[in-house]
Amino acid sequence: MASMESAVDGDAPSAPRLDPESAEWVRALGDSGAAREAALARLHEVLLRIALGEMRRRGGQLRISGPELDDLAHQAAADAMLAILTKLGAFRGESRFTTWAYKFVIFEVSTKIGRHHWRNPPVALGAEDWDRLPDRIGLEPAQQSQWRDLVTAVRNAVNAELTERQRRVFVALVLDGVPLDALVVELGSTRNAVYKALFDARRKLRAVLTANGYLDHDTARRS
Amino acid sequence: MNGWSALDHFLRIDPRDVGCDGAMEVLHVYAELAAADPEAARERYAGVSAHLEACGPCAQDFEGLLAAVRDSAF
Repeated sequence: MASMESAVDGDAPSAPRLDPESAEWVRALGDSGAAREAALARLHEVLLRIALGEMRRRGGQLRISGPELDDLAHQAAADAMLAILTKLGAFRGESRFTTWAYKFVIFEVSTKIGRHHWRNPPVALGAEDWDRLPDRIGLEPAQQSQWRDLVTAVRNAVNAELTERQRRVFVALVLDGVPLDALVVELGSTRNAVYKALFDARRKLRAVLTANGYLDHDTARRS
Repeated sequence: MNGWSALDHFLRIDPRDVGCDGAMEVLHVYAELAAADPEAARERYAGVSAHLEACGPCAQDFEGLLAAVRDSAF
């Protein structure tokens, strides 16, 4: 859990000298006049290519296609461009400049898809259908006989142990099936904060279900 | 897997998990390392790897970044 508050485990990335291509990107973007304009145009072209590729890569999981998908990719590229220029001074050369830049545009693609979810949500937020729980945790329909006790135990634990925010996040993500990035938009929060709320909820639920004899103590101690 | 073990698996957390912000901070470095040597990336950044196992959105971003890194290598 300490890891959730700390930055990163492992060796902190050192700050090596920039490779020649990355150095050229940084120099050109920090330049003025025609050289900068040319670099900006080239960067936008690269970001748009990555955004379109990422939208298409995720296409099968989305209910977005055609011009709408292209429009979201253009928005992601434009917003990533702004973020990159704002944070250019933070690029320390631990990776190629382009890899660092791709990270921004891919995150923007996720954000745009999260926002887009609410245009036509498949399930209303707060539906709280507890019969969905077995499917969410991967139980086969043939195991239906086990459902009732399990659902009752989890539901009681959720109601008794979680904070209101943890409960809201758990219900939205697990029962309502809302994508995490869409919930971030709905709550006006961040991905990290919503993930942490679910992380803490899972830990609490596991502890109480173990203490109440539903889950195995030995298995619980190992995680 | 019976219902209770499925639930146990579902609720399991990894204390090494660095969270979304921690993973995002080095995802570009992790992706380049993973493109060259996935096992080395998992070993060096065990907390990032643990997070990507548990967080669907960050795993999705990582897969996209990895695909972009690999595409741009050719």
